[in-house]
Amino acid sequence: MNWLTWLGDFFTAADHRSGPDSIAHRVSEHLVLSGEALLFAALLAVPLGLLIGYTGRGVTVVTAMAGAARALPTLGLVTLAVLFAGVGDTAVLIPLVALAAPPLLVASVEGVRGTDPDVRDAARGIGLTHSQVLRQVCLPAAAPTLLAGFRTATVQVIATATVAAYVGLGGLGRYVIDGLATRKYAVTVGGALLVVLLAVAAQLFFALLARFALPPGVRAQHRAR
Amino acid sequence: MSTMKRGRRAVVLGTLAALALGATACGSSGGDPLSGGSSAPTASGGPGGPAAGGGSGSTVVVGSANFPENVLLGSIYSQALKAKGVKVEEKFNIGSREVLYGQLQSGNLTVLPEYNGALLAYLDAKSTAVSTQDVNAALATTLPSALGILDSSPAEDKDSLSVSQETADKYNLKTISDLAAKAGELTIGGPPEFKSRREQQFKDVYGLTFKEWKPTADTTANALKDGGVQVGNVFTTDPKIVQYKLVALADPKNVFGAQNITPLVNKSGVDATATAALNAVSAKLDTAGLTALMKRVAVDKEDPSAVAKDWLKSNGLG
Amino acid sequence: MDDEPIVRWYWIGDHLGYLGHLLADHAVIALVPVLVGLLLAVPLGLACARFPRLYQPLSAVFNIVYALPSLAVFVVLIPYTGLATQATVMIPLTFYALAVLLPTTVDGLRAVPDAVRQAATAMGYGPWHRLTSVELPAAVPYLIAGLRVAAVSSISLASVGALVGRGGLGYLFIDGFQRTFPTPIVAGIALIAALALAVDLLLVGARRVLAPWAVREKGAGS
Repeated sequence: MNWLTWLGDFFTAADHRSGPDSIAHRVSEHLVLSGEALLFAALLAVPLGLLIGYTGRGVTVVTAMAGAARALPTLGLVTLAVLFAGVGDTAVLIPLVALAAPPLLVASVEGVRGTDPDVRDAARGIGLTHSQVLRQVCLPAAAPTLLAGFRTATVQVIATATVAAYVGLGGLGRYVIDGLATRKYAVTVGGALLVVLLAVAAQLFFALLARFALPPGVRAQHRAR
Repeated sequence: MSTMKRGRRAVVLGTLAALALGATACGSSGGDPLSGGSSAPTASGGPGGPAAGGGSGSTVVVGSANFPENVLLGSIYSQALKAKGVKVEEKFNIGSREVLYGQLQSGNLTVLPEYNGALLAYLDAKSTAVSTQDVNAALATTLPSALGILDSSPAEDKDSLSVSQETADKYNLKTISDLAAKAGELTIGGPPEFKSRREQQFKDVYGLTFKEWKPTADTTANALKDGGVQVGNVFTTDPKIVQYKLVALADPKNVFGAQNITPLVNKSGVDATATAALNAVSAKLDTAGLTALMKRVAVDKEDPSAVAKDWLKSNGLG
Repeated sequence: MDDEPIVRWYWIGDHLGYLGHLLADHAVIALVPVLVGLLLAVPLGLACARFPRLYQPLSAVFNIVYALPSLAVFVVLIPYTGLATQATVMIPLTFYALAVLLPTTVDGLRAVPDAVRQAATAMGYGPWHRLTSVELPAAVPYLIAGLRVAAVSSISLASVGALVGRGGLGYLFIDGFQRTFPTPIVAGIALIAALALAVDLLLVGARRVLAPWAVREKGAGS
């Protein structure tokens, strides 16, 4: 059970340095899968969430549905999707999008709803149209909450994408599952470590983004809260 | 706060606490399924549990790995033993051979349905025995003294290299030797341990070097059908071979050695009655029969225990 | 899968007892860790509320814990806790629950305004009495909000345990996948969703009874 030797073996194994089972390849597979899932989830959830948050209609329904979606077990969705869609990225993307969309949806709704109503009124008062208010006032104000939502969704997707390996796909889950099957625990532990590192890197990325990409006024207000 | 509200709060808190304690009690008494009590369930309408067998003999615990065929075999063994009055407990769906084997050695499990070739490879990766006799002889010397194998059945579930009908027609493939010329263009799929076990063997025995190895595990047959891989390790009793019209290539050089279904037992746990019952099962079980049973489980979606019961009845063993 | 129906209803009818057994197993595996997580979160949360500098590093640790892929954690524990045991699955689930509950517990304990705490002290409440009569009750809505999230994720995550031999309803997914049989998978998903809903409703009801003021404040509740 010598962890350091295990990790040493894992990172230096010839198989893991080049070729289809290499660390670089598996990490990129994992990132691509996670990225695609987040992209589709964002395309679905963010516009919908912004709209719902802005109009204030359907908030309870949407929040309830988002909560319900969190209950759907990824392993179940993945196996079902593969039975119907065959082995491939599509089958795995469906459950991952189902996982990522609810936090993004809730974050978008809450972000817009959190905008000071006086500010919205003032914006309307100076003649901005609804869509202008949404884009120029609510969206920047919602940015911190949205970013937090993205952070949560990203970490969850990165961690859960490991399940894709159960249905024969790639990604870091391959190390976890294959290590178990071949009794090479070093490989499993190495794979798990890489997933954690990836998740931590994602968190750092969003933290940096929040620090540098948010408008200064929004950042200050968010911190003051 | 009014006394009435206080009282109501106390009742709710008390109920939640009681539920919590109750749940924890259930949780802790459930404990380790491999040390007694209820097991991971079988698809028989209820948890595997102690059967009301006759006599005061010790209970035989039948285990199985977590794939349908092994559960079926476990069920056959278990019901055959019960029919002869042996007290049986079932612990099916255990995820890895390592644990199964360890539990057998410690006596928590008594009987396992094993595949003699795979078992030998697990214990001694360097062994070159391929025929049933040689494999069983090697097992007799390799197994620790507490464990032993009973009679092997004629039924085998072997590894294969299979291709789709189209691939077979396209390259005119009937045996694995026919693959030699084309292997460099083909992708091969199978369980994760397949590559580590077989890559060198294929090179040495048949001169095969494949283009790419994909870990397709449970999805190998599907991947063959959908074209994700061109060659795949499909087990010979898998009904998908017939369903998807796959062709299992012949293995003239016998790189896939014998894989007879053989009961692996902890000797101290089985008496003469149990041994006789299991040997009677092995005598009657053949590959065609097993394949037909697997079709009922995997294609007709019947429960392994029901299918096992029918087979035992029709063979006078149940 | 060409002519396999999505659900063979007769199978569900024939296997009610089996499904019930799996459901019970699943409920235990998923929910006991949440309760244990709560029991751990309260003292930890108290420590963090009292010593704010403790919170950041603890929070960071749990963030990492939450990011661990559950399957990997189950696998790594096997040599210590055995395969297919409840412990292998329940220990990581406890940590995941704690990762969710700690922030909400801390938020809840911080929710009591200082003025109220000081007033309680002024009225002669000792620290223990203050905790049980003022701070914990005020924290209840936050605790329950955290419990709802933790319970639902735990119920969903527990199914991954099937890949190491102990996943309650998760076993239905593996069996269905191996036999190309969607019915058990659909049944498993439906039962997990139903369990999550039942637990959620139970917690909302508990909040209504234990902290009626919170419901009145928030209106329709969330």
